[in-house]
Amino acid sequence: MPSIGNAQLKLLEKLCNACAVSGDEGEVRGIVLEEIKNHADDIKVDALGNILARRTGSGSKRLRVMLSAHMDEVGLMLVGDDGEGLFRFEIVGGIDVRHLPGKAVLVGKEHLPGVIGARPIHLTTAEELKHQIPLDDLRIDTGPGDSKVKPGDRAVFATRFQRNGPVIIAKALDNRLGVVTLVELIKNSPPNIDLLAAFTVQEEIGMRGAKVAAYSFNPDLGIAVDATPSYDLPDWEGEENFSYNTKLGLGPAIYIGDRDILSDPRLVRWMSDTSKAIGIPCQFRQPGSGGTDAGAIHRARAGVPSLSVSVPHRYSHTAASIARLDDWKNTFALLHAALGRLTPAILASESG
Amino acid sequence: MTDILPFLKTLLSAPGLSGYEDPAAELISSRWTPLVSELSRGRLGSLHGFLPGSGNDPRPSVMIAAHMDVIGLMVTGIEDGFLRITQVGGVDPRVLPGTLVTVYATRTERQSIPAVVVQPPVSLLPPGTGLNSVPLEYLFVDTGLPPRKVAELVNIGDVISFAQLPFELSGETIAGHSLDNRSSVAALTICLEELQSRPHIWDVWAVATSQEEVSLGGAIASTFELHPAIAIAVDVTFAKGPGASDWRTSPLGKGPTLCMGPNIHPALYKAMQSLADKLEIPYSLEYAPRHTGTDGYATQVVAEGIPTLVMGIPLRYMHTPVEMVALKDIQRAGRLLAEFIAGLQSDFMEKITWDN
Repeated sequence: MPSIGNAQLKLLEKLCNACAVSGDEGEVRGIVLEEIKNHADDIKVDALGNILARRTGSGSKRLRVMLSAHMDEVGLMLVGDDGEGLFRFEIVGGIDVRHLPGKAVLVGKEHLPGVIGARPIHLTTAEELKHQIPLDDLRIDTGPGDSKVKPGDRAVFATRFQRNGPVIIAKALDNRLGVVTLVELIKNSPPNIDLLAAFTVQEEIGMRGAKVAAYSFNPDLGIAVDATPSYDLPDWEGEENFSYNTKLGLGPAIYIGDRDILSDPRLVRWMSDTSKAIGIPCQFRQPGSGGTDAGAIHRARAGVPSLSVSVPHRYSHTAASIARLDDWKNTFALLHAALGRLTPAILASESG
Repeated sequence: MTDILPFLKTLLSAPGLSGYEDPAAELISSRWTPLVSELSRGRLGSLHGFLPGSGNDPRPSVMIAAHMDVIGLMVTGIEDGFLRITQVGGVDPRVLPGTLVTVYATRTERQSIPAVVVQPPVSLLPPGTGLNSVPLEYLFVDTGLPPRKVAELVNIGDVISFAQLPFELSGETIAGHSLDNRSSVAALTICLEELQSRPHIWDVWAVATSQEEVSLGGAIASTFELHPAIAIAVDVTFAKGPGASDWRTSPLGKGPTLCMGPNIHPALYKAMQSLADKLEIPYSLEYAPRHTGTDGYATQVVAEGIPTLVMGIPLRYMHTPVEMVALKDIQRAGRLLAEFIAGLQSDFMEKITWDN
C-alpha cells in the first residue's frame, strides 16, 4: 500500500521551506512540476499559474474527479522603501498582525533574510503594552548595507521545517500537507477514475485559482485537500472547549459545511463509510466559518458536487504550525482508499 | 584581528538563562582557555578569566565585565500538555505569539524539546482579553506532543529559551536572540586576543557575569571577590531603528557608546574618550541620568566603591528573538578595551580624582 513515509516527509520539508505567497507561487510550482512530470498523462500551467494535471484511468464508466490542493501561503508584500534597508509591508491573506513582531523573515526569490523587530520593552510604557503593535509601526529590516530587496518582493516567516518524533513544526503546513498528499495521489491514482489534479494559486485571497481550474476541468465531482486549524487548547477557566474546530490526533477532518459551501452529503457519507470500512479514524470538522477551494469548485459551470478533506493542524497562518504525522498519514490513506471505491453509483444515489 | 563571527554564532546558539548560565559558561571557558592564565567560576556562577600584567607586585587590576545570561521563559504549569509560562528577565509578551522556543525539560532525563508560543483563540480567553495584546499569563507553550508524554518530560520550573538561530544581514550585521549580551562577551574575547601581543602593566580580570537580567547578582559577587581597582561594564545599548529614535538611542554601526552619568566615574570616562579620539575609533556618547541598566550599576557600589566605566554596543530590538548588532561595533569595542588596558600606567589611579 502506498503511504506517507520518509520520501514524502522530505518533499514536505522542501515545500514548507519554499516561499509561495498568494500570487507568487512559482517556487512551489517548480517543485511540484518536477515531482509529477512522469506521473500524469497531461500537465499544463494555466493563465493564473495553476498546475492542471490529468491522469486517465483504465476502467469503464470512470468518474472524472477533480482534486485540488492550493500551493499558495499567507505572507507579506514589501510596499515601501524607507531607506537604510528598512521596508514597509502589507499582509497577504489572513495573518493576525499580533504574530508579526519579533520574527525573522525571508524576502524575495533569493530568500534574503530580514527581521521584524519591536521597540525594546525598556522603552515601552505600561499603557503601550496593553495594545497590539499596529502594522504601521512595523518594518522589515534587512540590515543597513546594500540590499537586493525591493518593494514588490514577497516575504514569509523564516521558520525551518522541524520534526520531533510524532510532531511536525513548520510554516505553511497550510497547505503544503495537501500539496504532498495530492502529489502522492497522482502517483498512486486508482484505475477506476480519471484524476484531475489542480495545484491551485491564490486560495488564501479568495480561492481564485480553483474557480478557473474547475471550469477548465469540468469534473463530475470535486475534493479540496487542505489543512484545517485545530483550536483544541484548554479554556482559560477550565471549562470544556466547545469551539475546537478539529482536534489533533483524531485523523482527517471531513467538512460538513463552512462559510462558502455545504458539502455534498453523498460525498460526506462516502468518505465516512470508507473510514469505517478500512479502519482509519476520521473526524467531522465543526461546521462553521473558514473555507477551502471546494467553495469555488462547487459553483463552477452547472455546479459540481464537492467536499473538503483536511489535515488538522494547530496555529495556521503563523510562523510555526504544528501537525502530527499520524493525522497526515491517515488523511492520505483515507483519500486513497475512498478514490479506489468510487463508482458513478455514489452520485446516482439519492442525496440528503 | 581574528574573525569573531563563528564564536559569536556558536555562543548565540547556546542556552544560558539567568541563573542557568552553564552552557554559555562552558563555551566561553573553552574559547578563553588559551587567552588567560587562570579560569574559575564565582560563587554565583560568573566566569572569571585572569591575565597577569607585567608590572611590579602588587599590581592593580582592571575588571572587564559582560553578562552572559539571557532573558527567557519558565514553565509555571501544565494543562492538557500545554505549558503555562512566566518570564525570566524583561519580555514583551507582544513578541511571543508564534515564536519558536526550546523547552529544556528535566523531569526524567535532560531533553531539549522544540515548541511554539501560542496565543489562544478569542473564544478560549476571558472576555475582553482576546482582541488586543494578550498578556503573558494567558499564553501557552506547545510542544505538539501528547499530554501524557509532556507530563513525563516536563517539570514546573523548566527553562525555555528562544530558538531563533542567528543569521547575518546586510551591512555586516547579525540578528538573533541573546545578542544581549553575548555581543559584549565577544568584545571581551577580542580584547583578550589583542592583549596576547600587547604588553600591559595591569592585571586583567575578564568576567562573564551571571544573573544580570534579574538581580545583577553575578556582578555584585564577582566584583567583591576579585576586588579590581576599576571596573568596566560592557553591555548592549539601544540602537536607533524602527520604534526607537529618542535621546536614549545611538546609531547602529557607528562605534560603541561611552556612557556618562552617576554610575560612571567622570575621570575614567574622560580617559576613555580621549583615547578613542586619539586612536580615531568612532564612538557615540550615551547619557544615563540614573540607572545605566548594566552591571556597572552594581560594580560601582561594591565594597568601599569601585570607579566604574560603562561601554555600550548599540543593538536594535532588544529582548526580542531578533536582536540586531553591527559586527564592527563589537570589534571596535574589543579593540578600544584592549588599547585602554595596554595604556594603563602604574600611577593611573592617581589620576582618577574628582574635580570640584
